[in-house]
Amino acid sequence: MEDIKLMKGNEVLAHAAVRCGADGYFGYPITPQSEVLETLTELRPWETTGMVVLQAESEVASINMVYGGASAGKRVMTSTSSPGLSLMCEGLSYLAGAELPCVVIDVSRGGPGLGTIQASQADYFQVVKGGGHGDYRMPVLAPNSVQEMNDFVDLAFELAFKYLNPVMILADGVIGQMMEKVHLSPQKPRRTEEQIRQECPWAALGKGDRKTRNIVTSCYIDPETMERHNHKLQAKYDRMEREEVRYEEMETADAEYILVAYGASSRICAKVVEDARKDGLKVGLIRPITLFPFPTDAIRQAARYAKGFLSVELSMGQMIEDVKLAVGNADIPVRHFGRTGGIIHSPREVYEALKQFMTETGGKL
Amino acid sequence: MAETPIFEVNETDANRVYARPRLLLDTTMHYCPGCSHGTVHKLVAEAIDELGAEDKAIGITPVGCAAFLYNYIDIDWVQASHGRAPSVATAMKRLCPDKLVFTYQGDGDLAAIGTAEAIHAANRGDNIAVIFINNAIYGMTGGQMAPTTLLGMKTATTPLGRDAALNGYPFKVADMLTLLDGVTYVTRQSVNTPANVRKAKKAIKKAFENSINNRGFSFVEIVATCNSGWKMTPVGANRWMEENMHPTYPLGDLKDLTVTEK
Repeated sequence: MEDIKLMKGNEVLAHAAVRCGADGYFGYPITPQSEVLETLTELRPWETTGMVVLQAESEVASINMVYGGASAGKRVMTSTSSPGLSLMCEGLSYLAGAELPCVVIDVSRGGPGLGTIQASQADYFQVVKGGGHGDYRMPVLAPNSVQEMNDFVDLAFELAFKYLNPVMILADGVIGQMMEKVHLSPQKPRRTEEQIRQECPWAALGKGDRKTRNIVTSCYIDPETMERHNHKLQAKYDRMEREEVRYEEMETADAEYILVAYGASSRICAKVVEDARKDGLKVGLIRPITLFPFPTDAIRQAARYAKGFLSVELSMGQMIEDVKLAVGNADIPVRHFGRTGGIIHSPREVYEALKQFMTETGGKL
Repeated sequence: MAETPIFEVNETDANRVYARPRLLLDTTMHYCPGCSHGTVHKLVAEAIDELGAEDKAIGITPVGCAAFLYNYIDIDWVQASHGRAPSVATAMKRLCPDKLVFTYQGDGDLAAIGTAEAIHAANRGDNIAVIFINNAIYGMTGGQMAPTTLLGMKTATTPLGRDAALNGYPFKVADMLTLLDGVTYVTRQSVNTPANVRKAKKAIKKAFENSINNRGFSFVEIVATCNSGWKMTPVGANRWMEENMHPTYPLGDLKDLTVTEK
């Protein structure tokens, strides 16, 4: 029987975690995602699936708890919001360096600093470009609906174990707080220790019947070994770029102007495309679902016919750098539009900005 | 010089009085001669072996001199970021409650950058054992002041000696932890004499037993030497520790709930 509910995005993250057979969640309350931990403690999964839920003393502790669980080959996750993610960045670097699978969710809010608790998309640089130190990458999934908050948790774990790498879900305060209809996933069983020992022969679970010991580390003091390790990691990131690009297109076939937007902004931009098409304007939308790997080819393809790109983000313009790199042609104008401070741009505002952009760059109105 | 007489000895279990611990790997350690780490590593290896916990032991290594502990003892290891080993151990133990989970941390790792993680793991009563090496100095980075550095003690960052007005006081972590309800066992030991080595081993074994049997948080502080950091000979460092460290950090059990439980 289908389990259809009306729920907040953050609540759905909690349900999805339990249902996808996660072994542990470690988190610290921070607005606008505190409902994730609250919902989990209400669900009491330790009594049903045996999943561990623990409120840590800080985001520094939560990410290192995730590191501990992941070292044992467990399906573990945390969620936070922007300032909390800043504290987790050292841990993310260690997780990537030690090649540990885990899921980290950022329901982002406005910054910099303590900023505001309202929704924002100003964590793009931090999440997509690294945040922590060293040469590392993480797949980043950007949900734009409550349904995708459900679907992406399991997908993120799948990618995390496929690549032995932390996987980020970059949501925003809008997707976390809004209520929508959602089809919850069926309950998957948690893996037994025997299954984990088979699937994750690298995991530090105690030697058991193994003859040799397992060491989980990101430390390679010998320069040659360290460089080899970096090349190994890079090969994984290259494979992600080949195999894991996900995006959606809307009315791009004949589009002269392309909006590029993810998360909450992509929902707003979908309305703009509808309105523009009614007015006879050739406008389309490319919505990156994975921010890393970025849908570079899709944007470059669209750039063969397009007259301009408008990167619409709830920030001062961060993803626009990737859009420019993807367009790869200085003659095609790429512009940013977006509100910040917790203000959500309206479809009308975006449409006006688009028309202004078109006027200035020779587009037909 | 007279030739050393050679005896033919038939070594058996009955006449063997000392041997390399089975779990201690036959490799050269990176520690300076005279450092306490080697002795404590040996005790950790012996304790795990004697408890029959080789198959279920997971150690969390720190950042600092003991970061490479995983090269020396034949069990599973996880290398943690600076100070966060107790968080790593917390999750590990909660997800694998039948394992022996312990951290091994120095004074910079545990008492400076990782104070919050250590205190909160202790306060939650997580069923882990923490081995805390207190040598009152940062060894790995070249002899800077630690939170446990004694007043007046000269280090690379207190060239005139630690001044309480500037740097505060020696941090008595073990004493502080005894106040927390989640803590089962706190003891302070040293490995400067054969008798103290035996006592330290007993303490480590008890802490490991507590983790295996899920009896709360155990903390074994080892007051240790860092003769390189202190710029002393190994023998001189041992003497200096007895005369200066032990009065500030007196040895013995500070708390043991397993005694009253019995």
